[in-house]
Amino acid sequence: MSKRRSDWQNRPQERFVRWMREGYLALDEAIEDSVLQPGEAPPEVDPELAAQHQEAALQHRHDRDLALDRLAQYDLYAWTLTKGRRLIGRLHVLLSLLLGGMIIFFLLGTVAHMPRFGAADVPANNEVITRYIEQGLAETGATNMVAGMILDYRAFDTLGESTVLFIAACAVLILLRIDLDDKGQPTQQLIAEESDDRHYEPKNDRILQGTAILLTPILLLFGLYVILNGHLSPGGGFSGGAIVSSGLILYLNAFGFKKAGRFFSYKTFQWVSFGALGFYGVAKAYSFYCGANGLESHIPLGTPGAILSGGLIMPLNIAVGLVVACTMYIFYALFRKGGL
Amino acid sequence: MSLAHNFPFFTILLCLLAGVVTSVLKPRAAKYLTLLVSLVVLGLSAATLVLTLRLESSYSFMMGHFPAPWGNEIRIGRLEALMATGFSAVLFITLVAGLYHMPMFVSQKKFSLYCIMVDLALASVLVMLYTNDLFTAYVFIEIITIASCALVIVRQNGHTLVAATRYLIMNLLASGLVLLGIAMLYGITGHLLMEPLQEAVREIYQTGNYAQPLTVVIALITVGLAIKSALFPFHAWAPDTYAFGPPMSSAILSGIISKAYIFLLIKFFYRVIGFDIIRQSHIDDFLFYCGVAGMIMGSVMAISQRDIRRMVAYSSVAQIGYVYMGLGMASMAGVAAALFQMLAHAAAKSLLFLSTHELVSVSGNHKRFHSLHGAGYRNVAAGIVFTVSAMSMVGIPFTGGFIAKLYLASAAIPLGGGMRVLVLVALAVSTLLNAVYFLHTVVSIYRRPAEDVLYPPAHHIPRYVVAALFVSMLMTVYLGIGSGPIMRVIESGLKMFA
Amino acid sequence: MLQALYENIEQTVAVILFGIGFVILLLQRNLIRKIIGLNIMSTATYLFLASMGYIHGRKAPIVVDGVTQAIHYINPVPTGLVLTGIVVSVSFTGMMLALTVRLYRRYRTLDIDQIALMARQEEVE
Repeated sequence: MSKRRSDWQNRPQERFVRWMREGYLALDEAIEDSVLQPGEAPPEVDPELAAQHQEAALQHRHDRDLALDRLAQYDLYAWTLTKGRRLIGRLHVLLSLLLGGMIIFFLLGTVAHMPRFGAADVPANNEVITRYIEQGLAETGATNMVAGMILDYRAFDTLGESTVLFIAACAVLILLRIDLDDKGQPTQQLIAEESDDRHYEPKNDRILQGTAILLTPILLLFGLYVILNGHLSPGGGFSGGAIVSSGLILYLNAFGFKKAGRFFSYKTFQWVSFGALGFYGVAKAYSFYCGANGLESHIPLGTPGAILSGGLIMPLNIAVGLVVACTMYIFYALFRKGGL
Repeated sequence: MSLAHNFPFFTILLCLLAGVVTSVLKPRAAKYLTLLVSLVVLGLSAATLVLTLRLESSYSFMMGHFPAPWGNEIRIGRLEALMATGFSAVLFITLVAGLYHMPMFVSQKKFSLYCIMVDLALASVLVMLYTNDLFTAYVFIEIITIASCALVIVRQNGHTLVAATRYLIMNLLASGLVLLGIAMLYGITGHLLMEPLQEAVREIYQTGNYAQPLTVVIALITVGLAIKSALFPFHAWAPDTYAFGPPMSSAILSGIISKAYIFLLIKFFYRVIGFDIIRQSHIDDFLFYCGVAGMIMGSVMAISQRDIRRMVAYSSVAQIGYVYMGLGMASMAGVAAALFQMLAHAAAKSLLFLSTHELVSVSGNHKRFHSLHGAGYRNVAAGIVFTVSAMSMVGIPFTGGFIAKLYLASAAIPLGGGMRVLVLVALAVSTLLNAVYFLHTVVSIYRRPAEDVLYPPAHHIPRYVVAALFVSMLMTVYLGIGSGPIMRVIESGLKMFA
Repeated sequence: MLQALYENIEQTVAVILFGIGFVILLLQRNLIRKIIGLNIMSTATYLFLASMGYIHGRKAPIVVDGVTQAIHYINPVPTGLVLTGIVVSVSFTGMMLALTVRLYRRYRTLDIDQIALMARQEEVE
């Protein structure tokens, strides 16, 4: 028993901890000796010097706190590196697996009691969707019932949804955007720190550029088609915006940031998303206000099936498409080089 | 429908649009716009409160041309209006008292982005208070999650990044649970708006079809929202997030945002499920015991901290425990006490974070207790404000915290024997523990500092900051003295809530 | 029970995937894998949600030839909800990836435990 204990005291990590502790305490005393010698001070003290002394004393206290903190952490560190790490790791794995298994088990039990898949008499098949389907065309003017539902019946959700994209773009801007100096150039030091992707940009890659020249217009046109036809056929602002942004990103990859920056800068992002979301908010505010107060909204629904129909749905799809395209593009640009 | 009925809708819309407009503004303009918006929201919410006090019941506001089971809508009653007024008042005061030191944490270029986050956070808090649609609530929960994460990471150091990552992971787990719960609920009822949902849930309860999925739905949504509001066993993300972010962000997060989730949970219990079914599913007992454990464990962990910011952060965990204990009593009085505690804690906690920052900044930015000696003399206003809000946290008479505890205790009287004793004992122990660490802090900021230490010259604190801190302190004291009318509003609001 | 699970095969698969994603999100220490787990989890939820709307023998909810009887089309609501959900998870994935990039640039590792340990040893301001 005693042998084991002596072993335990001489284990490397214990020795390491002791060394750290003694090392720091010795350092502490040395600092204390050198800084706090009030007895020897001459009667006329230079006030500046005294202030320096006192500041040093304050700093010293702070340093000592830190050193003590570090010690506590080195104890923890030594422990987590050895036994503790394995123990906690295993416990964590076991508990997580148990939790996951329990979740799957209970949810499977629930699924067995859920309404049958594909049956026509499920609770979800009720008067709500009957109206969406049967009256949707007359009330919203959209052939695509999903577009009619998300942009007219449940438009407030979709307003929130576009806001989610916008706020996510802003959050990624906070995280990844490199601060510019007064001349609008990123400071050299920051670029070095961030080690961004600028150096690895492909330069004049013939195959990539040829493909991009061929594909970008097609992608942009197809995206526009999907957005503009959102109320008539599958698609809409979200999917169309994603297609448009993929065209932009392809162009950016092939021709570099300098060329892409000519038509899409940070200012473009700011103003396009401001315009699109602002339009969305104001347009929907008008229709919410009219709806809640029982007023007639003076927006013609048009002939169902025609391209200019569906009241506000097509303009809203365009707004949503712009927001989505901007957000996806700015995600990509920020991840690549921390700015536009 | 008169113009005044539109005010809640205007507040939501105003915040959303302000967030969008702020993105193109210069930092200075962004700051003033944010302040203005929160002031206007405060005014409109107060007007809504006055309006709802005149009405006999709450009213629905269609978001569009389509009535309840088809279109989105919001519903406005006394309780919602009271909470909106309280939260926007706290936010406005926090902004006035906190925005001036934000340049320490945020670079000038990113300040507008920070203001966007504040605006959109306020918008989603309002939506979560007013909404009558479960899926709208989910969308805005996600907005508020991103916004609060961004509020923390504007200060970019290792601690905030790690804390934000933890925060995001836990919140994403919770979002997944909530969304799965909503999907199941839709599957068994076919509705997303709260009134038709309640009818469908009643039917399930009576016929017994899909009773098992219903229980799982309740559990999923409750656990999801409990994780998001940092209830005790799920609180792991909270202390670091509150302790390392900018003080103003911590004040907003802990004071307002975590309460919005709890309010949504109360709404879910009252308006979607109904308390008799909640009682039968025993989820209220779960919340009750977690709340009690949180009250004790949060305080114990707060005592063991050596850093004042972390101590304040852990005390949040304890205070959220009080709210959940009241909610877990599953009685009208218990929920009313929990709501009052939410208001009292929102007022006091934002004050605590802000005054702590002032105290720390006159002590050379060292957060250790012995560095804080004498801080109460170096910044007299912050010292007084900290003392009063700490008193409210402990529950000393004439403060909001005392009244909240009183209501909690009196709500426990009609409960069964074991639970009643548990509530009273837990309240006593937790108060004692609170007193240990808060009074220790108060004493240490008024102790004579060591003579050899020279503190940096106190920076000038603008007058309006001091004024805002004092106004907020008066609010805490008012909650302690004039609690009668507020409690009556809460109780009558709860009656028209269901 | 097994019969019922087989009949609801979409939901069964969705729930199992949800559990797998959940465990990955909890268990993996590598941030990128955590993000993958998160995506598995949310995709599983969308599969679950989408399976609520399907009705055998009916078509996608886009009016064809002016037929507007409800018995010809599936439920459009879950489709809309899934759309919203996808947008939300795109935003979250972007945000998590941005956080990961920052953490990696600072600590040169993706292991969240090591990162937390290194952050703790950093000077407390």
